[in-house]
Amino acid sequence: MPDRKKAKDRWRPEIDQIEKDPMFGAENWEEAESAMQKRTADLALEKGQIHRRDVRYLFAGDLLGQLIATSFGTVDLEIPLFGLYGACSTMGEALSLGAMCIDAGHADRVLAMASSHYATAEKQFRFPLSYGNQRAPSAAWTVTGCGAVALSSRRPAGTCVQIVGVTTGRMIDPGVKDSMNMGAAMAPAAWDTIQQNFLDLGVDESNYDRIVTGDLGEIGRKILLDFAKEKGHDLSGRHLDCGLEIYDRQKQDVHNGGSGCGCSAVTLCAMILPRMRDGGWKRVLFLPTGALLSGMSYNEGRSIPGIAHAVVLERCDE
Amino acid sequence: MEINKKAYGEYVKKLTPKNPLGKDMLKAFLVGGVICALGQMSTMWMMNRWGMEKETAQTWTQLELILASVLLTGWNLYPGLVKWGGAGALVPITGFANSVVSPAIEYRTEGHVFGIGVKIFTIAGPVILFGVFASWILGILYWAVQML
Repeated sequence: MPDRKKAKDRWRPEIDQIEKDPMFGAENWEEAESAMQKRTADLALEKGQIHRRDVRYLFAGDLLGQLIATSFGTVDLEIPLFGLYGACSTMGEALSLGAMCIDAGHADRVLAMASSHYATAEKQFRFPLSYGNQRAPSAAWTVTGCGAVALSSRRPAGTCVQIVGVTTGRMIDPGVKDSMNMGAAMAPAAWDTIQQNFLDLGVDESNYDRIVTGDLGEIGRKILLDFAKEKGHDLSGRHLDCGLEIYDRQKQDVHNGGSGCGCSAVTLCAMILPRMRDGGWKRVLFLPTGALLSGMSYNEGRSIPGIAHAVVLERCDE
Repeated sequence: MEINKKAYGEYVKKLTPKNPLGKDMLKAFLVGGVICALGQMSTMWMMNRWGMEKETAQTWTQLELILASVLLTGWNLYPGLVKWGGAGALVPITGFANSVVSPAIEYRTEGHVFGIGVKIFTIAGPVILFGVFASWILGILYWAVQML
């Protein structure tokens, strides 16, 4: 993660690499994001002591049209690839599909990865970087970051985290048309997935130490808590949002919070998983949220439907 | 999941923080005022010191402001000025220059023709098109009124 906007100090030590050059030594922003993906994948394999030839599938995605950050970034890995687009929910989608693939016995090792880059996202969805404009108070800041997780059918020695359940999100369109207020566009989808998860597993919020959404930000969090309260669930003590966790909103000018595939991927790898491994949290519902809009759909006056893909993470002790 | 879109829209509107209008207008007034005052100073300087005609001095002033904006955009200072000053920095000719230069910088990596050439007016294009169109309409109206 380049240091243009730094992640919060208290969990920064868990971030494996912090890159000061937002260009990652590349010629353009898109190449920079690809370089970030390659570096992250290499690091995940190195940390898991896995040779890339032993990885059966790679489930990965980013925010760019035709997934160019992923497709160019993963060429040298030579791992069979499923490119995913779930807007900012991609990490949830990748983990879900990876876990299902392993569970069905089609693979013993897969890699799930998602990235976003502030500059490529601005260029694709908003304005050139040097164009002067004022961001709405409800706008989010796209995280420049990438997270990768190696999933395996074999339990490693020591404490590990398992995916024990998956709740796949449905498209939910609450009719929001303001692309500068994506928290409001995604919050109903997040609640829908959480509700479905409770229903499927016959549980409620007390089943989880934390329920972590992707990038709802301040506004989306309020809406989610309101929706839950209406149905008699109190999420306020258990809910965290990656977009609110990753930056220090008091000191950093990120308005509604962080966003992007990288937001939930980095928070998962550098905050949620370490805290689960260290014995803090036993069971976490992790659901990255995505706002499925494009510049074209926005110009055509269409609304912004949201989606949220949940995975149930559980620590398995020795 | 059933959502009453209208009710949800109103609920979201209530939750979403708004820009402080009074404060923003004051900042815009300050920044816009300073830019225009600088322009006026430059024009008067050229008229009084160098004995330039008023129209020539004004043309030179426009060029100076455009150059200043282009440089400030290239040095990544202009976005900060707009962030603070809002329309005060967007409406003067310096804002227009920023809207032309910034795509040129951004899309440079896509080549001189398909990058800079095609995309340089992505932001300023509508202003140019509808500006020219509006001047035609006004021209026709002016002509029609004179014929009466």
